[in-house]
Amino acid sequence: MLVEAVRRYAANDLRPAAHEADERGELPPGLIAKGWQLGLLQASVPERFGGFGERSAVSGVLAAEELAWGDLAGALAILTPNSFTLPVLLGGSDEQKQDWISEVIGSGWRPFVAAFLEPQFDFTPGELRTIAASENGGFALSGKKTHVPFAAQAEQLLVFADLNGSPQAFVVPRPADGLQIGDRQQLLGLHALPLFEITLDHVRVPAEARLASLDFPLILASFQVAIAAAAIGVSRAGHEYALQYAKQREAFGGPIAQKQAIAFMLAEMATEIDGARLMVWEAAWQLDHGVPASKSAYLALLGAADTAMMVTDRAVQILGGHGYIREHPVERWMRDARGIQTFLGLAMV
Amino acid sequence: MISFETPQSILETVTMIEAVATEMMRPAARYYDEHEHESPWEYINFMHAALKAAGGLTMAPSPSTEDGTPRQDYQRLAHYIEALSWGDAGLYLCTPRGGLGAAAVSATGTPEQKTRFLERFNGETPIFSSMAITEPQAGSDTAAIKTTATRDGDHWVLNGEKIFVTGGQKSLVETPGFVVVWATIDPAAGREGIRSFVVEAGTPGCTVTKLEKKLGIRASDTAAILLNNCRVPLNNMLGSIEAKAQSVEGYKGVLRTFAATRPLVAASALGIARAALEFLKKALAEHGVEIRYGLPRSRMTNLEREVIDMEIMLRSAWLLTLRAVWMADSRVPITAEASMSKIKAGDAVVRITQRAVELLGPIGYSREHLLEKWFRDAKINDLYEGTGQINRLIVARRILGYGRKELN
Repeated sequence: MLVEAVRRYAANDLRPAAHEADERGELPPGLIAKGWQLGLLQASVPERFGGFGERSAVSGVLAAEELAWGDLAGALAILTPNSFTLPVLLGGSDEQKQDWISEVIGSGWRPFVAAFLEPQFDFTPGELRTIAASENGGFALSGKKTHVPFAAQAEQLLVFADLNGSPQAFVVPRPADGLQIGDRQQLLGLHALPLFEITLDHVRVPAEARLASLDFPLILASFQVAIAAAAIGVSRAGHEYALQYAKQREAFGGPIAQKQAIAFMLAEMATEIDGARLMVWEAAWQLDHGVPASKSAYLALLGAADTAMMVTDRAVQILGGHGYIREHPVERWMRDARGIQTFLGLAMV
Repeated sequence: MISFETPQSILETVTMIEAVATEMMRPAARYYDEHEHESPWEYINFMHAALKAAGGLTMAPSPSTEDGTPRQDYQRLAHYIEALSWGDAGLYLCTPRGGLGAAAVSATGTPEQKTRFLERFNGETPIFSSMAITEPQAGSDTAAIKTTATRDGDHWVLNGEKIFVTGGQKSLVETPGFVVVWATIDPAAGREGIRSFVVEAGTPGCTVTKLEKKLGIRASDTAAILLNNCRVPLNNMLGSIEAKAQSVEGYKGVLRTFAATRPLVAASALGIARAALEFLKKALAEHGVEIRYGLPRSRMTNLEREVIDMEIMLRSAWLLTLRAVWMADSRVPITAEASMSKIKAGDAVVRITQRAVELLGPIGYSREHLLEKWFRDAKINDLYEGTGQINRLIVARRILGYGRKELN
């Protein structure tokens, strides 16, 4: 039922806004607020913390796929507070949940964001180079983070950092001494989403800022399936568009879809999308049932990212020269698809 | 909602099958590969007794009940076939008590036909059945089938030549089984004239003329069959009288057999793929090569990247296969899903076995190990029950909403 509402929003709001948002580099006013009203995050949070439901990774990946089908930048904007809130829900003490979740949930969409990815080519989730040092009963955070959404307007940041060899998460308020927000990042894709590099230079936080019992493998797997589901949504968008185009575009006396060279590409795209989606669903199902999901979520993301690249590339190919023109969305989906692995941390289910 | 948990009863049987695969199939695999056309009776008799003891299990879906209760037939079979093929695909194809012929009777036969043709599989001795579709000039293009069925009083008279009949020798010569033959009752009608007929072992005019020598799956015989004025009773034509009257329905009946068996072929492919991948990982581990999970591609070694990509292919193909059998068990039409599972599984097993042989160099290439055999066995899965290309055509037609007129 919720997924139906998400699908309608993706089709009626996200998709029509996507092209101009990409060209202008910003999402239209009201779009995020309307997406927030779908209640995706609220439905994942129990009543006592201000929500009205229970976290379900399966529901989450279904919704993430639909949103990303509409527009990836818009989808990640709506899901930004999830990446802050769900780690708190899963790894915070009761007090931390009361303090922060109620605040995020309480009103409209607010920029509570996660800072996860780091600016190295070989970034490895379990080996963070942002360091937390114990100091005067609290912690001092130092390092660099990249692809931090809405950092320039963020109220609180959930910064992932290494503490004595283990990844931990710390809530950092803004402004904070030593926290520097860089210029907005200019990327290959995702133009409509404001992303920033941030620098932490000995940023001091109290002991209570560290999430009390972070299960990092669980958080990572939840990040991975969310982005993997988004990759499936982008893939599906590309496949559907190319399929419709191929049925309408005529060459040599008939629709190009009637040529095996095109039809077989479409069949392979559909097969890869379905296979990759089932891997995402399996990993999400495992998360919901307490089955170890680290490996399956990792494989699901690799598979979904490969699928997204393959499918969107072929979508451009099927449109031929027209696919290269920005009037058609396939080139945008191709640019968005290439970044999937570097969007880790931008969504969570 | 969807569940990714395998039912306990299936898991228990799979554990038993894996013991058979390890103790009986793997040790015999090389011998039957090198002694083509020698039937593996030790395996056949053991499996017959074991399946009978297990309550009459078959490797073909049991006759469908029409009461709407959920089944686990196809899901169960997919798991069993995967495990048996992990043991040895050639031997798996020699599993008695059914096979494709029985599957066709199950899918399209009347209750009377199911009783008459399927009860034999529960007897004291192992019995086989096969499908005979391909002809020297007609493979995937079944409309080009030339074998004819002409009515003569209360008999059909069959004339023609069939090739690539998996298990034909066992079904017609070595045991009192049967072959389901596709033939046309009206050559002018094209594919709509095609019907399927049960030809039992010992029927005069039906002879096995040749056993093929193959790249792989050598334990399984592949027969050529000559039908020369071969007379079968009128009610050996599969399907109800009403269906026979409607030509399109008759053809759809024979196609249903394929939609239902394709995910099972995919399962067999993936048993081989898993065997090859496990062999590769074990060989690498023995040489101190560790596969680390969780790294970005930029930090993987080439071997890690290869192995991890194989695991993704295998999992994706297996889940597509499970989806198809889940749907089949829920009696949902699975034409596209069945073909998708076969496309992906055919690609996966071929790529995984070919890469594994390459990556292990002289070890992979050596006949001291079974990997080179799996490389040869693998390829059949991209060929029989519809080549990868035919299955792409089927999926493409489905997603595009095209018939064979628009896309051929």
